[in-house]
Amino acid sequence: MTKYLLSVHSVEGEVRPRMTDEEMKQSWKEVQLLHDEMKSAGAWVSTGALHEPDTATVVRVAGGEVMTTDGPFAESKEHLGGFYVIEAKDLDAALAWASKAAAAVRHPIEVRPFRVFEA
Amino acid sequence: MSARDAAPKLDQAEVGRIFREESGRSVAGLIRVFGDIDVAEDAVQEAFAVALRKWPGEGLPPNPGGWITTTARNLAIDRLRRQSRERELLGEVAVLSPGNDDPGIPPEVDSVQDDRLRLIFTCCHPALSTEAQVALTLRLLGGMSTNEVARSFLVTEPTMAQRLVRAKRKIKAARIPYRVPGPDELPDRLRPVLAVVYLLYNAGLTSSSELDLRSEAIRLARILATLMADEPEVAGLLALLLLIESRRASRLRPDGSLVLLGEQDRKRWDRALIEEGQAIVRRSLRRSQLGVYQLQAAINAVHADAVTFEQTDWSQIVALYDQLFAITPTPVVALNRAIAISEVRGPAAALALVDHLDLENYYPFHATRADLLRRLGRNSEAAAAYERAAAMAPTDSERDFFRLGGRARQLPRVPEHPSTSTGS
Repeated sequence: MTKYLLSVHSVEGEVRPRMTDEEMKQSWKEVQLLHDEMKSAGAWVSTGALHEPDTATVVRVAGGEVMTTDGPFAESKEHLGGFYVIEAKDLDAALAWASKAAAAVRHPIEVRPFRVFEA
Repeated sequence: MSARDAAPKLDQAEVGRIFREESGRSVAGLIRVFGDIDVAEDAVQEAFAVALRKWPGEGLPPNPGGWITTTARNLAIDRLRRQSRERELLGEVAVLSPGNDDPGIPPEVDSVQDDRLRLIFTCCHPALSTEAQVALTLRLLGGMSTNEVARSFLVTEPTMAQRLVRAKRKIKAARIPYRVPGPDELPDRLRPVLAVVYLLYNAGLTSSSELDLRSEAIRLARILATLMADEPEVAGLLALLLLIESRRASRLRPDGSLVLLGEQDRKRWDRALIEEGQAIVRRSLRRSQLGVYQLQAAINAVHADAVTFEQTDWSQIVALYDQLFAITPTPVVALNRAIAISEVRGPAAALALVDHLDLENYYPFHATRADLLRRLGRNSEAAAAYERAAAMAPTDSERDFFRLGGRARQLPRVPEHPSTSTGS
């Protein structure tokens, strides 16, 4: 089994029709269902949804000194909005989960394998 | 070996050709056995070195494919033994080919189980870039050296080597599976496979390289058509390639310049390829829903039927383009459809359609406009359009052709992806 990060990407200021309350509720319900499905399939490792990028803080260490600055780290319009960590037998299995997640959260999802360090 | 004296003598080039022909199957089989692309690839490469040493003197083994697989498998096992990973990897070998002392690849394999099918779906997995898909397919399935793959695409060998290393690293890290996709995934997964084969063929049409990508693409299409006999689009792709290839002898002048469809010497078209392609098209026309490759093959089959350009059944071609446009409503298909319409309803009707298309940066658009304007006697506008086409044309022969301002009555060549190749 391989662990994969499914990251939910959102684009700041992206012009897209705003979801109605009804659509938000529907999406939330689908996310919950998917969550349950991942858990009962043994694929779920962890999930998280993040606050907006302007809530981020960056810490650097240079020459032994800590420097804390206002985030986000990357000056990009695309931001990580949330993530799943799942376990799957191969990429196709991970992609199947990702397509369900993309449909539920209404955002594109990037699938990336975790590195494995052998003991 | 008793056949030693009887065996024909082989030179190194011949060994290379036979090896390339057979190596895809061996690499594919060994990837399944060892679960590792690099191990399989290196072992087959080493087996090639052995073949180069032995075959010219000893003659061709009775079953070259089996010889390569067995030799490569033994070399791989030797190498793995030498390495400290012995236990781990040899354990896997035992699991993956249980109680089987032969290389696990009988000379004739059940079509569903041919490992080359697994391999092409892995090489053309949609998680890989098109560039990576093409490179992996040529290297692993086509048996080309990294240097040959690099030369086919006009990049340096280190660049190509790095591209291949990255792609293989991704396959390993992301665990792109080594299997034929299930029926529910197949439409999504077959698309890039067919696109890669088609792209290889088209690269072969324009490439000046001595490496024969066209034949390689046709070979791959044949393998796919054999392994997936139930997939109409696979057969459609093979038919399309065969029908385009049938015009090969007449599409270039000795100086390398292009001869367009209307001017080609149709007596030089390869009847055997046409018959093979048309037979596939006839089978697919019995289906109700035709895919893009089948439709393009059908269009080419109609061209192949016409004894002269003027006798072409253009209304049939327009009808096929209507169907093609219904499933892929792209401006390029619309352009080709307009060209066919010009032969049925005249250049004015076609120009009206063409002028609506947003294809400013596509040189065949300007070439088509030029041709239609010329046929309408609007010569100065035609000259301007030819000049735009010439400025954008990718090859010297096409540039020269447009600069000459369309000598005889002829269709511009309209390559596209997926192509219709009405003019190649």
